[in-house]
Amino acid sequence: MKHIAIGILGAGALGLMASAASATTLDDVKAKGFLQCGTNTGLAGFAAPDDKGEWKGIDVDFCRAVAAAVFGDGTKVKFTPLSAKERFTALQSGEVDILSRNTTWTINRDTALGLNFVGVTYYDGQGFMINAKKLPGVNSALQLSGAAVCVQSGTTTELNLADYFKANKMEYNPVVFEKLEEVNAAYDAGRCDVYTTDQSGLYGIRLTLSSPADHVVLPEIISKEPLGPAVRQGDDQWYHIVKWTYFALLQAEELGITQANVEEMKTSDNPEIKRVLGQEAETKIGTDLGVSNDWVVNIVKAVGNYGEMFERNVGTGSPLKIARGINALWTKGGLQYAPPIR
Amino acid sequence: MASQEVLREEPSRGSFINDPKVRGYVFQVVVVILLVAGVWWVVDNVIENLQRLHISSGFGYLKSRAGFDISVSAIPYTSDSTYGRAILVGLINTLIVAVAGIITATIIGFIVGIGRLSRNWLIRKICMVYVEIFRNIPPLLVIFFWYSGVLAVLPVVRESIGLPFGSFLNQRGFYLPRAIWGDGSWLIFVALLVGIAMAWFVARTARQRQMATGQQFPVFWTSLALIVGLPVLAYALSGFPLTFDFPKQSTFNLTGGFHIGPEFLSLYLALSCYTASFIAEIVRAGILGVSKGQSEAAGALGLRPGSILRLVVVPQAMRIVIPPLTSQYLNLTKNSSLAIAIAYPDLTATAGTVLNQTGQAVENVLIMMLVYLIISLLTSAVMNVVNARMALVER
Repeated sequence: MKHIAIGILGAGALGLMASAASATTLDDVKAKGFLQCGTNTGLAGFAAPDDKGEWKGIDVDFCRAVAAAVFGDGTKVKFTPLSAKERFTALQSGEVDILSRNTTWTINRDTALGLNFVGVTYYDGQGFMINAKKLPGVNSALQLSGAAVCVQSGTTTELNLADYFKANKMEYNPVVFEKLEEVNAAYDAGRCDVYTTDQSGLYGIRLTLSSPADHVVLPEIISKEPLGPAVRQGDDQWYHIVKWTYFALLQAEELGITQANVEEMKTSDNPEIKRVLGQEAETKIGTDLGVSNDWVVNIVKAVGNYGEMFERNVGTGSPLKIARGINALWTKGGLQYAPPIR
Repeated sequence: MASQEVLREEPSRGSFINDPKVRGYVFQVVVVILLVAGVWWVVDNVIENLQRLHISSGFGYLKSRAGFDISVSAIPYTSDSTYGRAILVGLINTLIVAVAGIITATIIGFIVGIGRLSRNWLIRKICMVYVEIFRNIPPLLVIFFWYSGVLAVLPVVRESIGLPFGSFLNQRGFYLPRAIWGDGSWLIFVALLVGIAMAWFVARTARQRQMATGQQFPVFWTSLALIVGLPVLAYALSGFPLTFDFPKQSTFNLTGGFHIGPEFLSLYLALSCYTASFIAEIVRAGILGVSKGQSEAAGALGLRPGSILRLVVVPQAMRIVIPPLTSQYLNLTKNSSLAIAIAYPDLTATAGTVLNQTGQAVENVLIMMLVYLIISLLTSAVMNVVNARMALVER
């Protein structure tokens, strides 16, 4: 029901906004005093509350980084948990300032939905998970013809699934739920044989099942799922702030600036580090962007660099233990690459 | 009337401003203008804001390829079908569960409602407990009760419960043999239609004869013989053309046969049980609304309790029952949108998916609201016709 409510509210909001939209998103956020961030309702490694009720994950950390860039304080952020169906309407209607919810970047979303994706915070791909105990002998997705497949509605996953089975001339029975928790519960209860979503998600979800060791993730990756934050179209300044927050996280890792050494790094002799950290004389990099000149210092103080964010949430420092893989920096053979901050 | 007399006593003081009739018209015109202006303002703003936010609008997307699959579909549908067809599939699924639910809820509701007035203490109390339980639990919880509490604890596919006639029951739903109609099976359907027509004719003739002569005719047994007997005869004559496709075990699921998923079953059972508790109370109220003298008079004429109920009390109670019954039918249809919680692809679920894949929230919500409105208005219209036929004919 909630997505309809948001749909109607969205429609209503679109109707009533009249000409109130003259202020920029940055001004609105500053006036509110906090950043409103749309996240997942609960996906380990990306956005999930921990045992103390604090949100943890790459997606929520990214929002904290943006809040740090804007306010100099990574805690000035409020989270709106959104289902896959609700997310775009929530962003379009202005309910959230930024959508950081493991969302796949596609051309349709970039154009027809009125969104702008700022970058790829996690390169993912869709995979399949099965219960190996119940289905011994299945070790490839190509053996899944006739299976019941649990999937979340309104996702690119749902579309890739249809394409993959059609391309391989296999049959399947989709069991489509709106909420992630409902999909998890149905798969755990044995309503379907296969769970499909982004592979990183499968590793996170496996941890929440009643007996994680019984489940295996099949080797096939059937799609490209570049996950990243998105903002509304039509506000270039806000788009740039969010985009360059992402690049700053990457640049910090590339230069070896970490949460622990950021204060020391300020006095570094390396002109590039000084420039990035806003220590260059008469620098205008930060103010031209619309934030303070020590914005990168604030970001790194709040969440660390991209590598730290990755390891803490999904990498070796987390229960998910996902390898950096293609999410490594370009200098280490990965795809993460930031244009120069100068 | 009083105001008119006052007017006559005080003929207009020259000014039409004080004329209540003129004033009435003026106020109505003003309200209409305000309403139209308000609607126009909202619509105009929506269009303008959608354009400003670079969100595509219009209904052209309904003709694009959907790209997603739907698990339950009464009409042919693949991922190559259009968004419009996906919404249609959802609409048909909504109608199927609503119609099935309405029929079952009415039957259970009448039995329980009459049972609550039974002279038997046990029946009375059982019916009361039923009503009090289902009436006081939100429908979503009743759906979860059936989905997670009853159907999910059924055995896994490999340990399906075998039922008579080669059907199976397991966690994934109910599997029945599917009938495959061979050559000449059209004769069976024709025989069935002929049987129904003849039964109707027999019932009408019998009623006319009873009105004229008072003699009764065993209508029920004759009708049963006609409706069942003729098709069976046709089946034999056409050389037994009917074969069955039985569900079989495959790697993952039972394949073949006819499959009813646990999503449909739990939604259907939950809506039926939930609405039946309300219908039972409406029926009880209707029966209690018929004066006691009516059944006493019928008893004095020598009618048995069953006949009193069927011939005297229920027909009169129906006049009280039908108007609130309509509301319950509408509630059931609208509550079917709770299907979204358990993966049954009804209108809300499929249109919601379309909404998300296309991002066109305004158009999709509009379509959903319009469709539910039309379904409800049609239900009301049908029930109004039924009500008019049941109403007391004044002579």
